[in-house]
Amino acid sequence: MAAPAPILRMSGIGKQFPGVKALDGVDFRLLPGEVHALMGENGAGKSTLIKVLTGVYDIDAGEIELEGRPVAFSSPLAAQQAGISTVYQEVNLCTNLSVAENIFIGREPRRLGRIQWKAMRRRAEEILARLDLDIDVSAPLSSYSLALQQMVAIARAVDIDAKVLILDEPTSSLDAGEVAQLFTVMRRLKEQGIAILFVSHFLDQIYEISDRMTILRNGTLVGEYLTSELSQVELIGKMIGRELADLEKLEERPPAGEGAPLVQAEELGRTGAIQPFTLTIHEGEVVGLAGLLGSGRTEIARLLFGADHAGTGSLKIDGEQVSLRTPRSAVARKLAFCSENRRAEGLIPDLTVRENLILALQASRGWTRPIPRRKQDELVDKYIAALNIRPANPDQLIKNLSGGNQQKVLLARWLILEPRLLILDEPTRGIDVGAKTEIQRLVAELSDGGMAVLFISAELEEVLRLSHKVGVLRDRKLVAQMDNEGLTTDTLTETIASGARS
Amino acid sequence: MTSIAGLRDLRRRTVPPKYIPVLVTAGLFLAMFVAGGIRYENFATGQIILNVFIDNAFLLVVAVGMTFVILTGGIDLSVGSVVALATMLSASLLKDGWPAYAVMALVLVIGAVLGLAMGAIIHYFEIQPFIVTLAGMFLARGLCYTISTESIPIENPTFTDIAQTRINLGGDLSVSPSAVIAVVVVLIAAYVLHYTRLGRNVYATGGSEQSALLMGLPVARTKIAVYTISGFCSALGGLLFAFYSLSGYGLSAVGMELDAIAAVVIGGTLLTGGSGFLLGTVLGVLVLGLIQTIISFEGTLSSWWTRIFIGLLLFVFILLQRVFSGGSRRRTP
Repeated sequence: MAAPAPILRMSGIGKQFPGVKALDGVDFRLLPGEVHALMGENGAGKSTLIKVLTGVYDIDAGEIELEGRPVAFSSPLAAQQAGISTVYQEVNLCTNLSVAENIFIGREPRRLGRIQWKAMRRRAEEILARLDLDIDVSAPLSSYSLALQQMVAIARAVDIDAKVLILDEPTSSLDAGEVAQLFTVMRRLKEQGIAILFVSHFLDQIYEISDRMTILRNGTLVGEYLTSELSQVELIGKMIGRELADLEKLEERPPAGEGAPLVQAEELGRTGAIQPFTLTIHEGEVVGLAGLLGSGRTEIARLLFGADHAGTGSLKIDGEQVSLRTPRSAVARKLAFCSENRRAEGLIPDLTVRENLILALQASRGWTRPIPRRKQDELVDKYIAALNIRPANPDQLIKNLSGGNQQKVLLARWLILEPRLLILDEPTRGIDVGAKTEIQRLVAELSDGGMAVLFISAELEEVLRLSHKVGVLRDRKLVAQMDNEGLTTDTLTETIASGARS
Repeated sequence: MTSIAGLRDLRRRTVPPKYIPVLVTAGLFLAMFVAGGIRYENFATGQIILNVFIDNAFLLVVAVGMTFVILTGGIDLSVGSVVALATMLSASLLKDGWPAYAVMALVLVIGAVLGLAMGAIIHYFEIQPFIVTLAGMFLARGLCYTISTESIPIENPTFTDIAQTRINLGGDLSVSPSAVIAVVVVLIAAYVLHYTRLGRNVYATGGSEQSALLMGLPVARTKIAVYTISGFCSALGGLLFAFYSLSGYGLSAVGMELDAIAAVVIGGTLLTGGSGFLLGTVLGVLVLGLIQTIISFEGTLSSWWTRIFIGLLLFVFILLQRVFSGGSRRRTP
């Protein structure tokens, strides 16, 4: 393969944060017309590298060349004008504005300084049509799903005359069909000679779409490889720097001993959220919930936790009829709920790791009985070690941690309460293989120790690997419950697709 | 996906939710006008509405500036004090024999510079607008008293002319120049908000400052610009107030910032920023003005009832906002 001259070359990049060396001597290059995957665990420096490239952060060492000329961007706007556009993991658009405006804001078509709304809407429709999207461009962005918002973000990035397109985990909130659509768009852009930098935690997606990959570990460069020449196992080995024995160990799950029923939901339901369902969770049992995004997985969790009110049916905990009116009463009965949206609903970014960790415990004790500092330190140290939270500094602000480590802190917060039922809603979304494995192993250990776990995940393999029993959801209805014996992802997919007890 | 888009299309054919607060305020205004017309003689005339404009021209201009600030998610508490400072400066400079137009220009520049300074502090030092403009409020009010603690009458012929002129609109209708200035300010501001980049950046910043930054929008310039606009509008409001009262007094316009905020909120603009219309603010000011008019027609009620009604209305509109913002935040699956 006669490599053309790289369009972008970064050499010897270094970036220092207070107490953390985020990047150290990293080299990176991007060729025109390629999809280049940037790989590494959370905290390996992927996001920092992207932010350094797009001018969100300054660099402390090294240099960046775009088309052979040294550049240093002072802001994302400067990077954009030079032809480097970014679509971030969280959709960074203004949901209060219309779709058309979100595509064009900052470069609206104008005449004599007056924005030409009609021309703008027409052009927005054209651009979206190229991505096979037919939506009302004058509607506010907030009226569309996260997946569609993501597509709009890409439409915006592409319409800016982009030479380099950076996609930072664009697929973490998309379903399979939407991912395929995104990949079609990416291939089309690639043919036009745009260099695409792609970050994703889904290895299958990386192997499907990328030509080449650069691997980072702990802020340093591991190497650059052709995707076709590196097997998945080798890749993971290079990313986490150790062998994958941990992953394999989990494959053998002991069957759950038949514990006493802990939570029994009878015809529990809520209009508009989830149709009445009956579900029993035993002690020490892992119950997996599988289904598409929006199929009612989270709604079940919220009902069981008392975050929403049930319209119909009854709930028994330990055989005793209860009505959970608020999450507080659920916590009092030793239920815990680790929500899907860790940024918006779980963590408080400006508090330290320690403060975030003990939050739930303190809340359950009430504010009149503060936890003694020594007890705090003991608990915090124990859980930082148990969950391998990095950096292991309890006084670090939580917003400076990577996604995977934030997730671990959130998990630890509930584990401190020693719950009897732990509800995990997408605990592994958007985090790397290493942290994912650790969380999976933790779930397995907890259930062996007698804790019941309700495990919600979009990744069927993960559900199958961990669960003793799998509930399948479709269109806000619990359509099937199956014991996890001889179940395969194919059977699950079929059940989700057919939506009936066959 | 197309079918989903089609469904949304259908739903949108009805009233888009973003217009509902403005429509509610418009409905309220109409209802008050009709009720007043039934209850009192000589109420349902065009001149009543024009009088509301004439008596509240300064508030309208101040509220326009406040709308810009609130749309970015900020707040400006200094406006009332800047209005007082503008009247005070005008009165004392005119007494010293300055030409009227030079005084107006200087006052407008001072207002804009005060706003610019507060905007820059808010943005570059990342301090809450509430605190910075609170400091600005004390500063401007304090400056009034350094000029004089007494009321200074304005006897300048240009100012008295403007105060006494009535522009005939045909029929029995007439307006003051101040009302015309206020309406022009409203029209310019509405154009800026809807048809210029600055205006759209104001909405984007209010929607999500972080996103606006990552989308490459000039957030710093936008935020500083809105406080400058608010400062300028306050100074202009102060001049209109000087035309109206023909005096400068350090204790005038106490609490006007709260009236302006109330008008903006009643007009349907979200205090969290990013959503609202200038037309709403105009309606908000009209509603406040009409409440006063009705109370003066009633005759037996003390003017404090105005406050009570404004308080009740604010409660209702804040609840309304809560309902709408709560509904839109829920993610559509």
